[in-house]
Order: sequence, then structure tokens, then C-alpha cells
Amino acid sequence: MSEILHLSNISRHFSGLQALRDVTISLNKGEVLGLIGPNGAGKTTLVNTICGVTPASSGVVTFDGKDITRVKTYQAARLGLSRTFQIVQPFAEYTALDNVAAAALFSQPGESLKSAREEARAHLAFVGLDAQANQFAATLTLAMRKRLELAKALAMKPKLLFLDEVNAGLNSAEVERATKLIHQLAAGGITIVMIEHLMKVVLNVCTRIAVLHNGQLIADGQPRDVIKNPAVVDAYLGQQYAQRNAARG
Amino acid sequence: MLAVQVLVNALVLGCLYACIAIGFSLVWGVLNVINLIHGSFIVLGAYLAWGAYQWLGISPWYALVIAAPLFFAFGYLLQRLLLNRVISAPVLVTLTLTFGLDLILNNAMIYYFKADYRKLTLSPPTGSISLFDVVVPVDRLIATASALALTGLLYLLLRRSKVGRAIVAVRLDRDAAVLMGVDVKSIYAIAFGLGAALAGCAGVLMALIFPISTLTSSAYLGKAFVVCVLGGLGSVSGALAGGLLLALVEGIGSTLIGPAHATTLSFVLLIIFLVVRPQGLLGRKGFE
Amino acid sequence: MTRVNLALLILIACVASLPLFGGAYALRVGTIACMYAVFALSWNIVGGFAGYPSFATAAFFGFGAYATGILLNKGVPLSVAVIGSLVMCFLLAAALGTVLLRLRGHYFAIASLSLVEVFREMVNNATDLTGGGMGLNIPLASGSGILADATFFFYAMWALLLIAAVVVMIVSASKLGFGLNCIRQNETASNMVGLNSTLYKSVAFGLSACFVGAAGGIYAAWVHYIDPSDVFDILHSVKPIVMALMGGLGSPLGVVCGAFVYLGLEEVVWRNYIQIHSGVLGLLIIMLLLFLPHGLISLRSGMFWRKAKHV
Repeated sequence: MSEILHLSNISRHFSGLQALRDVTISLNKGEVLGLIGPNGAGKTTLVNTICGVTPASSGVVTFDGKDITRVKTYQAARLGLSRTFQIVQPFAEYTALDNVAAAALFSQPGESLKSAREEARAHLAFVGLDAQANQFAATLTLAMRKRLELAKALAMKPKLLFLDEVNAGLNSAEVERATKLIHQLAAGGITIVMIEHLMKVVLNVCTRIAVLHNGQLIADGQPRDVIKNPAVVDAYLGQQYAQRNAARG
Repeated sequence: MLAVQVLVNALVLGCLYACIAIGFSLVWGVLNVINLIHGSFIVLGAYLAWGAYQWLGISPWYALVIAAPLFFAFGYLLQRLLLNRVISAPVLVTLTLTFGLDLILNNAMIYYFKADYRKLTLSPPTGSISLFDVVVPVDRLIATASALALTGLLYLLLRRSKVGRAIVAVRLDRDAAVLMGVDVKSIYAIAFGLGAALAGCAGVLMALIFPISTLTSSAYLGKAFVVCVLGGLGSVSGALAGGLLLALVEGIGSTLIGPAHATTLSFVLLIIFLVVRPQGLLGRKGFE
Repeated sequence: MTRVNLALLILIACVASLPLFGGAYALRVGTIACMYAVFALSWNIVGGFAGYPSFATAAFFGFGAYATGILLNKGVPLSVAVIGSLVMCFLLAAALGTVLLRLRGHYFAIASLSLVEVFREMVNNATDLTGGGMGLNIPLASGSGILADATFFFYAMWALLLIAAVVVMIVSASKLGFGLNCIRQNETASNMVGLNSTLYKSVAFGLSACFVGAAGGIYAAWVHYIDPSDVFDILHSVKPIVMALMGGLGSPLGVVCGAFVYLGLEEVVWRNYIQIHSGVLGLLIIMLLLFLPHGLISLRSGMFWRKAKHV
């Protein structure tokens, strides 16, 4: 398997606060990595660092063989890094269709407004929003907006997709639907990094888990091994979860 | 010796600049409104001092005491009746509204006072103090001391009084303040009233030193902009720091490249600060 | 061609027939009407599409006026001088835009206001080139009679309006316009989908400056005399905003209508309340903001007007 993303010794601090400390991790094509950890562990910061929103204070990010440590957000997007936001970020006055069209238009070279809109329809259909194509983004429900985020991310034809808490705030039926979509994407060969608090979803979808705690990577490996790791249990999962899990076998 | 004179001048002028800017900074910080009428408030305060002295024989020191409540009431009502209606509107709307108000006030002043320059001359004149070749006019010194006193008063008000704490709370986090039971609308009105009162008092002090004309209102407003951006928004110490820095830069600039370029220099400094350090000298990043 | 754009072109075509109906006064008002419409259309690119509250109109108007005035004094033909001013304004604004448009909201507003001050002070101090506070005299362009001159400058300003309107139409239907609308709605998300927002904003700022600069050039040649306090008047920055607010932000047809309505009001106020005209103007602005926050369009939300937008 070939490597698509490599972080070496990434650190990031915000005037005194050390948000990331020496994070080194490597990701292969086709993997689905679950990034977990308590609130404030630095998960979103790590994604922001990779996408160029808040560049690393030190360390090197390599994507697809290129050093992207200092690239701007829009350049990262054009290279094939796309993401969904924990707090959804739609273009509120545009229709769902134009939201997705914008993603296709600006990330793909040589795209016209017309062809971008055509492509957008297919992506909307994939996430099940074809009926809402002409509805303004501001009028969609939260679950729909989360799927809209996903459609936007897909319209950018990502090589690497970050999903930042796509399930937060959704009810269980909606979670199930979203999980199914992620499965489909993974089956289609997109490399995925997902930040997720629902362990059920993580264990269901991910081929690998990495755990951040206080900005440091404290575990990285097969899901079965990671959830039994005592450091992870202490920092995040808690004793109860470990016991329950152990009892289940 | 020249250097010392420049430094002393800057110190004196800097405190006055801080006094000009502090009300503007308060309104911007608390209400998130760029108050374009601020400069005209200052000029109105200057006319008030001039009128009180010329017509009624009231000395400018007492005019301060008259100006403060009058301007507070004016500002309070303006906010309650007009600005409050658009307070949550985008920048463009609030800014344009205060511009409209400024047009009205400015036009009214031109109508009554005409555009020519007037000067408030105290009799007998107060003379000047000189210490080792450094000369400072006494009226200027008194104005500076009063400006500092006003600034200190506002600081104490914000620190010690219940209203002051509420104003600071609204500035830091409006929504949290609402949850704590602060009546934001009345705090807005009080803050705007305070801003107006400070502008009026600053105007009274300016009348002692500078010629009075409606034409100067945009210059005062410009100073307020620059001081706020240099010092950082919404804090008393920030306004002082900004005022001193501006006065220093203008003083050094006029000495080195001539007084004609002082204003250009200050605005160039403003743009540089906006781009490089928008939080100002003493401001904290992330506040808007 | 959408119906709104067609309506805008028809409106502009109607303005062109003005010389048939009136004498010098009609021509003067017509020239100013075209100038104001250019202001409003230009401001709308950066203020309405991209959502940046720019107060820099006066800066580029003055810059264009002085650039053209100086070139004319050096014997450059009018057309070359005006086109030169247009190009210079575009480049200058685009360059400044890469820096200034990193600021948002109030900070951008203050920076763009300060730009007017900086330009005015620079012109004031560059006495050798500009005449400083004494103003700059500009040679008469043709001298073939007052009415012929007035007609010539009216059509020059009208042609500029037509060009500006066509460019704005092209922009609003293009990838650039689509992107600027994205930036207004959510700049973070725009960057995240691969939009180079710095580039887009700079081009928008350049476009919003260049026609204003050309209008300044035509204005300078038309009035023969300019001074810093006239062409760098902050009112030139505020008027287009009032026009756009009147007509409804974002819609080219709306802002042009806003410009014409504004000019009408201004003329009435000027004629009847010369002493207190700026006060009445202020009153109008306040009434407009309080009672018609979405512009005249909100009086009738019809089928062919585009919905007013917030900045």
C-alpha cells in the first residue's frame, strides 16, 4: 500500500497554549482512520493544520509526495484535500445545488458554472438530497446540511477526505444513514480521516484508530488493540467502557 | 533639548488624543458601532465652552460640569430612539446612520456658528511654564491634566461601579451578559451616553487650545480612528497608549519631515497597524 | 440575457436620449446621473457582491481626477488620459486590495476611509505636481462652445456607464461573480472549496476602483478645476452606499435606480434648502435606513426584481 499522507513532528501553539505536540503519523491510500480523543485534545486543530487553515508551528506535512506544510487553504483544496466542518458552513443564500456547484467549480481546473451544476446534481443524489436541490441552504435541517457538507466535499473529488463529527447532533436513524454513506465512500476507495465521538460508528467504519490527548498522539493502531490500550482507556474511553467491552469479549 | 521638547509636547498632546478617542473607543467596543458623529460631538462641546465663556462668562472648568450631563442625555436619547433600532444590522447600516446624524449635526452647527474659526481666549492669559528650555503653555497643561482626570474617572467607573462592570461584561460577551440578567439595551444607551459625554468634555478642553470650527470635526474623528486602532479597542489603557504613540509619531514626524506630512504619516501608521497588528498595542487578539 | 439585465440596458439607453429634451441644465444633471450610476455600480462589486463595506470610492475618484488632470496638463489627449487613469486605478486598487481586504467588517471600513485621507494628504503635499490645496487647473478640452462641450462630456460619462454596466453584468454571470457571492456568504467555506479569495477580492476591488477613477478623469476634464477637498470629499464614498441601500444591495439594476432616485432627491434638496442641504440629506439617509432597510425594492417585492441582500 502506498502512503498518501505523512505528518512528521507536527507542533502547533496558540500564544502559550500548546495545541499539538510532536504528532507523527502516516496514512496509506484507502485507509479509514478514526481520530478520537477527549474534547480539546487537538483533533480539529490537527485537521486545520493539514488543510492549511492554521499552519503548523513546526514539523512537515507531506501529501501525495508533496510538502504541503505551508500551502494555503485553497491550494490544499485543489490538491485533493477536502473536509466537512464540525459546525456546518454552507453558503446560506445559495441553493443546495449551487453550494455543491461552488465546490466543484473552484476546486477543479477548467470547470464551468454549467458543468459544475451538472456534476453537483449527481453528488446531491448520492447523499440523498436531490429533492432539495433548489432549496436555499439556510432552510435545510441540520441533518440535511451535514449531508450537504458531505456532497460539497465529494464534489471536490478528494483524494483524502476529513469528516469532522458528521454525526454530532443527529438522531440514531440519521447516524445510521450517514454511516452507510461513509461505508459506500470507503468502498469507493477514498482515504478517510474521521473525527468521531460515537465509538459504535468508529468501530463499525474505521480500519485504524489514532488517539489524541492533550495534543499528543497516545495510541495508533488496529481498533481492537487501541480500545484495550490502558492509556486510551484512562484518557478517553473510561473504565466502564473498557469493562463492558471486555465482558462482551 | 529639542528632543526633550518634542517628548514633552507628545506627552501633553498624547493625553488629549486619548481623551478625544476614549468615548469613540467605548462605543465601538461595547456597541460595535463606528460612531461617525463623534467628531461633531467634540466640536459641539468646544462651541459650548466658547458660548458659555463668551456669553455667560462661565469659565471652561465649570463648562466641563455642564457639558457632561447635557451630552450624556443627548447621547442616551440618540441611542434609545434611533441607533437602537438598527443596532443588530450590518456594519454598513450603523455606520451610514451615524454618518447621516453627523451630517445633520454638522450642518446645524454651520448654520448657527458659520464655518469660520473662533478662538476661546482666556483673560487674563495663563502664560506658560518653562523648565530648562522646555516650554509648556499653562492652559495646555491644565487641559492635559483634565484629560487625564477624565480618563481616570472613566477607568474607575468601569472598574468599580455596577454599571461599569455591566458595560465591561457586555463588551466581553454580550450573550453571556444577557444570561446574567444585564439589560443590554440600557447598557448600550448608557455606553453611548458616556461616549457622548466624554466627547463633549474633550471638546471643552480642545476649545482651550485649538481654534473652534466645524471644519475640524473630521480631523478629530480621524484622530479617534487612529488612536483606537493603535492602542487597541475598548480599553482605557489602550486609548492612552494609542494617544501617546500617535502624538509621539506626529511629533517626531513633523520635526524630521515637516508638519505637512504628520497627518499622512498617522494614517499610514493606522493602515500598517490594521494589517499587521489589528488588535492594537494593548488589545487582545480575537476581540472584535 | 436575463430580464433584469435587459431592463438595466433599456434604462441606460433611455438616459442617452436626454440631450433631445433639455439644454445645459439637463445635460449637467444627466452627466452627474451617469457618474453616480457608475459609482453605485462600482461600489456594488465590492460592497454588494463580495460584502466588504468599502468607503474608498472617494479615494479612487480623486486619484483618477488628479491623474487625468496632470496628464492633460502634460498635453496627453483626453481619451488616453482617461484610459490611463482607469488602468492605474485598477492596478493600484488591486495591489492595495491584497493587503486591505484581509481586514473585515469595521476594520476594513476604517482602513478604506483612511485611504481617502491618505490620498488627499498626499495630493495636498505634492504641491509641484498637483498644486496642493490651491487646486489644479485643467485646460479646456475642445472649446467648441458651451453646449457642445456639455453634450460631449455627457456622452463620455454615459459611455463609461454603459461599459461599467456591461462589465458588471458579465462579472455577475461569471465564475468571478459566483465566487464573490460565495465570499460574502462564507469566506472560510469559500477558501475550503478551493476558491482563491485573496485574488477574487483584489480583482473585485480593482474593478470597483477603475470605473470610478475613469469617472474622476472625465469629471476633472469637464469642470476644468479640481482641488483635494472637492474630489476627495468623503461624501463621494458615502453616496454610493446610500444609493445601493436605496436600490437594494447586490442588484445592478437596483443600484442604478437607487443612483437616479438619489440624484433626484439631491437636486430637490439643493434647490430648496441650499443652506441646510447636507442636514436634509442626513435626515433622508436616516429615514431610509430606519424605514426602508431593504431599499426601494422592498416597497414592492415583484417578480423581476431580485431580492435585496444583506451585507
